[in-house]
Amino acid sequence: MTLLSVTDLKATYRVGAAPVHAVDGVSLDIAPGETVGLVGESGCGKSTLGKTILRLVEPSAGRIAFDGVDLTTLPERRLRAYRRRLQMIFQDPFASLNPRQTIGDILLAPLNVHRVGSRPDRRRRVSAILSQVGLPEDAVARYPHEFSGGQRQRIGIARALILGPDLIICDEPVSALDLSVQAQILNLLADIKRDLKLSLLFISHDLSVVRYLSDRVLVMYLGRIVETGSHEQIWKTPRHPYTRALIDAVPDPARRRYAAPLPGDLPDPRNVAEGCRFQPRCPLATELCTRQAPELRVTSTGHQVACHHAEMTAAPSAA
Amino acid sequence: MTPLLDVRDLTICFPNATPVRNLSFGLAPAEALAIVGESGSGKSLTALALMRLLPGAARIASGRVRLDNDDLLALPEVEMRSRRGRDIAMIFQEPMTSLNPVLTIGRQIAEVLQLHRGLTKAQARREAAELLDLVRIPNPERCLDDHPHRLSGGMRQRVMIAIAAACRPKILIADEPTTALDVTIQAQVLELLDRLRRELSLSLLLITHDLGLVGQWADRVIVMYAGRKVEEASPGILFERPLHPYTRGLLAASPRLHDRLHYRSARLAEIPGNIASAATQAGCPFAPRCPDRLARCRTNVPDERDAASGRRVACHVDLTESSRGLHHDAALSY
Repeated sequence: MTLLSVTDLKATYRVGAAPVHAVDGVSLDIAPGETVGLVGESGCGKSTLGKTILRLVEPSAGRIAFDGVDLTTLPERRLRAYRRRLQMIFQDPFASLNPRQTIGDILLAPLNVHRVGSRPDRRRRVSAILSQVGLPEDAVARYPHEFSGGQRQRIGIARALILGPDLIICDEPVSALDLSVQAQILNLLADIKRDLKLSLLFISHDLSVVRYLSDRVLVMYLGRIVETGSHEQIWKTPRHPYTRALIDAVPDPARRRYAAPLPGDLPDPRNVAEGCRFQPRCPLATELCTRQAPELRVTSTGHQVACHHAEMTAAPSAA
Repeated sequence: MTPLLDVRDLTICFPNATPVRNLSFGLAPAEALAIVGESGSGKSLTALALMRLLPGAARIASGRVRLDNDDLLALPEVEMRSRRGRDIAMIFQEPMTSLNPVLTIGRQIAEVLQLHRGLTKAQARREAAELLDLVRIPNPERCLDDHPHRLSGGMRQRVMIAIAAACRPKILIADEPTTALDVTIQAQVLELLDRLRRELSLSLLLITHDLGLVGQWADRVIVMYAGRKVEEASPGILFERPLHPYTRGLLAASPRLHDRLHYRSARLAEIPGNIASAATQAGCPFAPRCPDRLARCRTNVPDERDAASGRRVACHVDLTESSRGLHHDAALSY
């Protein structure tokens, strides 16, 4: 059973004359109660993918089915009903809260827009959410600047929760936070997810965080999914050379030096290589890779990978 | 061995705060020393103080920064200006904003060479190309005539490193050099810094919030919290057996790729509260968040002392070595 089913989704930005295909044919499913991690480096399209699913960015092709209903063709008026069930948490807890509104106003706004319950109901709902995310009751009358980064992210989470969603898209929710506060927010996300039986799409560039919080992982490179599998499969038997390079590049205090870093620069999304998009940086690339873009296919380990040479990848180092 | 750089009792003040207090450390020739801490720990201000580039409102209230036989803090500004770049160079987090967008890369590197080493324009250009080659920029000649916006973040950081290395400084301070970069690019830049450290035998002071980097690239680590050094050790010892409750807490709180910790079976250990609680604290700055605090931690600041395995620690508690940071023994199961 799936809650969200995305098929062959594309999102295109116009930069100058040439279109940039930020999301270029992505398919993914999220089951109820599942956390799907989405990893990739800057410019790979992971944030655009998140926003396109909510139709904050309009898709240029493809289908987004939420609970069986195609959101891509839904008129704005009817889309609103689904936005209640699909929420988002943003990276920057400083930029994503209106500095002129009290926390109470920020949390009441979605309830007012969606005409949920009576006024006293709404107030009760706000205090219940505040305690659920670990904020004091008196936060209602205070302004965002009175809170630390971690507390502001709790406010962002409260806002995403207030309408009782089924799926939350978390776009780098802990990247702007200090390490000691990051764990508090990750634990909070794990708690609310379990208590409310939520599904999460957890977008992050930080593999360690994704490893902790995801049931399934998607690896994205230049607008496409290059590998997807269960938590176990991705970390124990990564098959795509890019996934392996990402894992190897994560510094770990327990290791002194490590494998040679991946050569080359992040590619320019306006100027994508022929054939496989990763081929200019790939240690396994052959003539075939320059000609033909690999499709996602199922490997012997049971997960999906888009690589002509997936069977050649060496024993994993991170398991 | 006498250190190349010797910092004693450095205290930095703002009109209403003291972001760095009584900080002492040494840096040996060709050593890589890391200062780790979260925002508000005073690590970046420390770096700026060594360069005497503190922002307007901040001043150095006391302390000494000895390089060779001079106290950098006592030098006249004119003399200090000639030391920056020549003796100590610095690179910053944001390679977008630290390069001048209207000047070519070649011009920005050549400027340093003409100013500090008196090279002619032609000599400077030739050497600038060599420097770009040293930091492994493909097509150095072409890059000289490019403007910064043409380069990616990783390439810009390489240019910054080339500028910093232009005068063969003894010390390179790198303030969060890879924080703005993606993980595969981050690895390239750190490898470059490490190669320069070995080839040019320069001392590297790496300022970072990322504990992972430290283990891989530093010979020694100083952990700072709210303006004070709380622990100093070699990375191997620090990560295997962290001593200070803050270091232990930080290590336990960070999920790691090489752990098998998963949210369905375990919670991350948390450090409750946040660093702001240190501001109103008379004693140990970490006391309000510390799981091991004693009554006197609230009133007396602990002095730095020698501890097991050749490290320094500032804590009142009678600490025993523990492996709980690394292995998440403190994480609760449910």
